[in-house]
Amino acid sequence: MYYSKTIFELGRKGRKGYSLPNEDYGQYELPTHLQRTESLDLPEVSELEAVRHYTNVSFKNFGIEKGFYPLGSCTMKYNPKINQDMSAIEGFHIHPYQSVKASQGLLELYYETQRILSELSGLDEFTLNPYAGAHGELIGLMIMKKYHQDRNDHKRTKVIVPDSAHGTNPASASVAGFESVEVKSNFDGTVNVEDLKKVLGDDIAGIMMTNPNTLGIFEKDICEIAKLVHDAGGLLYYDGANLNPLLGQVRPGDMGFDIMHINVHKTFSTPHGGGGPGAGPVGVKKYLSEYLPVPRVKKVEDQYTLELDNDTTIGQISHFYGNIGVIVKTYSFLLSVGKEYFKDISKFSTLNANYIKESLKEYYELPIKGICKHEFVFDGLKDKSTHVTTLDVAKRLLDYDVHPPTIYFPLIFKESLMIEPVESESKQTIDNFIEIMKKVALEAKETPELVKNAPYTTVVKRLDEAEAARNPKVKYKDIQHD
Amino acid sequence: MFKYLPHTSEDIKEMLETIGVSSIDELFKEIPNDLMDPSFDVPKSHSELELRRRMNELANKNLALIPFVGAGAYDHYTPSVIRHLIERQEFLTAYTPYQPEISQGTLQYIFEYQSIVAELTQMDVSNASMYDGATATAEAMFMATAARKKQIVLVSKTMNPNIINVLKTYTRYRELEIVFIDEKEGQTDLEDLSSKISKEVAGVILQTPNYYGIIEDFSSVKKRIEEAKSLFILNQDLASLSILQTPGSMGVDIAVGEAQTLGLPLSYGGPYIGYLATTSKLMRKMPGRICGVTTDTEGKRAYVLTLQAREQHIRREKANSNICSNQSLLALAVTVYTAVMGKEGVKEAQMNSYKATHYLAEQINKLDTFELVYDADFFKDVLFKTTLNEEIVEEALLKEGILGPLQLSKFDSSKKGQLLFSATEKRTKQEIDHLVQVLEAL
Amino acid sequence: MSKVVDGLYYAATHEWVRVEGDYAFIGITDYAQDSLGEIVFVELPEVDDQLDKGEEFSTIESVKAASDILAPLTGTVVLINDELEDSPELINEDPYENWIVKVEMEDKSELNALLSASEYEESIE
Repeated sequence: MYYSKTIFELGRKGRKGYSLPNEDYGQYELPTHLQRTESLDLPEVSELEAVRHYTNVSFKNFGIEKGFYPLGSCTMKYNPKINQDMSAIEGFHIHPYQSVKASQGLLELYYETQRILSELSGLDEFTLNPYAGAHGELIGLMIMKKYHQDRNDHKRTKVIVPDSAHGTNPASASVAGFESVEVKSNFDGTVNVEDLKKVLGDDIAGIMMTNPNTLGIFEKDICEIAKLVHDAGGLLYYDGANLNPLLGQVRPGDMGFDIMHINVHKTFSTPHGGGGPGAGPVGVKKYLSEYLPVPRVKKVEDQYTLELDNDTTIGQISHFYGNIGVIVKTYSFLLSVGKEYFKDISKFSTLNANYIKESLKEYYELPIKGICKHEFVFDGLKDKSTHVTTLDVAKRLLDYDVHPPTIYFPLIFKESLMIEPVESESKQTIDNFIEIMKKVALEAKETPELVKNAPYTTVVKRLDEAEAARNPKVKYKDIQHD
Repeated sequence: MFKYLPHTSEDIKEMLETIGVSSIDELFKEIPNDLMDPSFDVPKSHSELELRRRMNELANKNLALIPFVGAGAYDHYTPSVIRHLIERQEFLTAYTPYQPEISQGTLQYIFEYQSIVAELTQMDVSNASMYDGATATAEAMFMATAARKKQIVLVSKTMNPNIINVLKTYTRYRELEIVFIDEKEGQTDLEDLSSKISKEVAGVILQTPNYYGIIEDFSSVKKRIEEAKSLFILNQDLASLSILQTPGSMGVDIAVGEAQTLGLPLSYGGPYIGYLATTSKLMRKMPGRICGVTTDTEGKRAYVLTLQAREQHIRREKANSNICSNQSLLALAVTVYTAVMGKEGVKEAQMNSYKATHYLAEQINKLDTFELVYDADFFKDVLFKTTLNEEIVEEALLKEGILGPLQLSKFDSSKKGQLLFSATEKRTKQEIDHLVQVLEAL
Repeated sequence: MSKVVDGLYYAATHEWVRVEGDYAFIGITDYAQDSLGEIVFVELPEVDDQLDKGEEFSTIESVKAASDILAPLTGTVVLINDELEDSPELINEDPYENWIVKVEMEDKSELNALLSASEYEESIE
């Protein structure tokens, strides 16, 4: 199959897919000793061959517009078309060194987005510079560190991370030069207040939490937790991965959080792009705002300005001002939803999650009963007698054109199956998913081998991942002669 | 009803019945009352038409200028096919490829992207992308300090100050130290490098073409770095490697930099894409996602994320980097650009940019008020010193719809009067001549 | 049921030690390889590297996990099993035959603090 190959295996020597003007600038030659000496083996294809190739490549992917995508912790909601159009407007594609007075529109957009995020989160000031959620976490922790350092409180070297947290939390803590201390969760993933009291002390810089937690359970004791941490001299960091169920209802700032990041590619629907670009704006309470990274966008009288440096900032964390193209889509989504509908996002995502949970709890093991927020976790099939695992269930779902839920996360259950149906999904879509999930549970009982060997309909079947890691082949030249 | 929310009152009623509660508000009853229903001041919901109006109003407040500035962001041409292809929903709306059976599309283009980076750099292995060139350099620095278990890195003062600032921020909160290598005539002082390198140094970070646009020749520095058992980290514009000396040929251990120059629009500084490539030896110390080839149960070629044991979701607090997903869709843009421009087009765009900048420099150099700062060959940026008032230059050009050169004094007050010009294949001779006429009239 | 071999010393962190005179071979137990799953990479130390009791000296990676291997005793590396570089799966196949390093012990009395086969067997039950 011609178009099932890599781009390097298509085309022919001498073929071209581009056109550039023939501008005669004159005779200028690169000095020989500075030139590349190796041959350059890049594709030589026509424009149509390239377009057809990548169109065929795209057919091997599953996107939100194809089917239901209840991937827990990822908030896979509809990515409105209009946002793409808005980000493509020519006037937003200017050079980053265009002077402040020649880029007032983008600075206003940036400033307004900061302001809306502040209103929604209850944190006073924002930076939009961080490139992603993980980047935001790192910046937030740097702010936490500098806050303590500036108070000459150098013994605060530890950050508390619940065991139900995403792996990025402890990794970010390490990269920011902290040691992480794990606290055990209660059975429902909430923070065990007694355990927390034991680890709080003058060596604790702060705690990283998300609320609702990764099991979709709201920490009712959040105000008490916040008080305990603050009394011990620590700060509270909010991992904004789970902001969707709180929009318009509750604000992290009001719960006592001091610093947070927001994954705009989740809650505010800028697409995931197969793994980026996203953006991870960081918000802080007023008393921490002086630490926000530079450059900072501010409003002075009726002019928008760019502050390149100041004496108190943690420093610069990006070459320019972050993923502005993504921020344009964020702003576009924020304006579309508007004051009237933020709360509905929270309500309907929570309604959808509870509806699925209640509809499937006879078929899948529900370790935490009761009301959840926007997502929840099953611990594998209810009937495990046929040894069908969560991985098998996920692979079987592929045959039914559903993207599987998140699997084997959080780590506190052995067979985690984490389901997050977002607000943009209709009851009919969800009912269809419920039927499929029931059917797979039935198959697991009656014809377990059918499930264990799934998928059958995908372009490739289950993969030999050990082989890929043992003998890494990571570029075309590694497989050219296979 | 709102167009992104499909729930009818019938739907809601039926769903609440299944759940066994009487209202949606009951689903939030465990939240303390005093936290509920905050007031928030945000704009009202905009219809599509109102949204378009608002966005166009904002876009129109940005002046449409012809840029003669680069300094890390270059105005290269982006072929039409790129946007059409990367906005296909299959690419745009997918998550990170955790389920490989239905993510072969993303995984295949990542594999092709890695192949392109490896080919341009002549390195063994590339990851699936980094946020930008500056943070990629910081990640390379962490990689070196972890691999060598040492805390000092040497950094050349000829690097872009924004990259240096990012390196400073990333080291400030850890037990790492940056020692600067002096510059001499606008280039890295290699004598100073030799005198500062020692067994305590984890890595040496250099850049070419450097901040001033000068193409530095680092083909002889490897030996000194290797003798100290230190690692050689080199920051380069990825597209430039189609015509300039490759990191592979210079013995570089970690090649990093910006790849915006391969088809990404200026977009006010982002989203761009950083690259990071290294040797087989250091492969397992690399940050970020990596895609590899394997086979499925039927023996068919298939792609999968591999070497995951390096990453944060497995290593948690022991990971060298916290990076997860970053700029995947831009990796696709770079891949499509390289595919359509191909072997000849990538070189041609870069070579034309080199020529355009040289033509521009030759014309400006004829003016009495401008003088080249350094006598060394340059690539897409060139540094002049002017006797004119910098603000007057900027204003005069702005009036003519031109975005003038970068004033280095904005970042370093000792560089007063130094202006960094840039041109790419998009600048016509006529545009360049016009710029020179405006300067001449001052 | 994981295999435990008589006559070896064991650490609670699942390393085994086989003593030959002043030298010790160190590997990981059947229990350890089984919990890691398919091993894809073994990061080896270099000859002459110093091992400090309780400190990490190697990392073993499987597809979905990474485990630091801790030194059960103090000593100097005299030999590494470089076969593991190309065939890390050998540890899955026979964890007790496929040692990771051979070290010259600094203090043989450290062996007294390790577990016997039966003690280790009890600890993993």
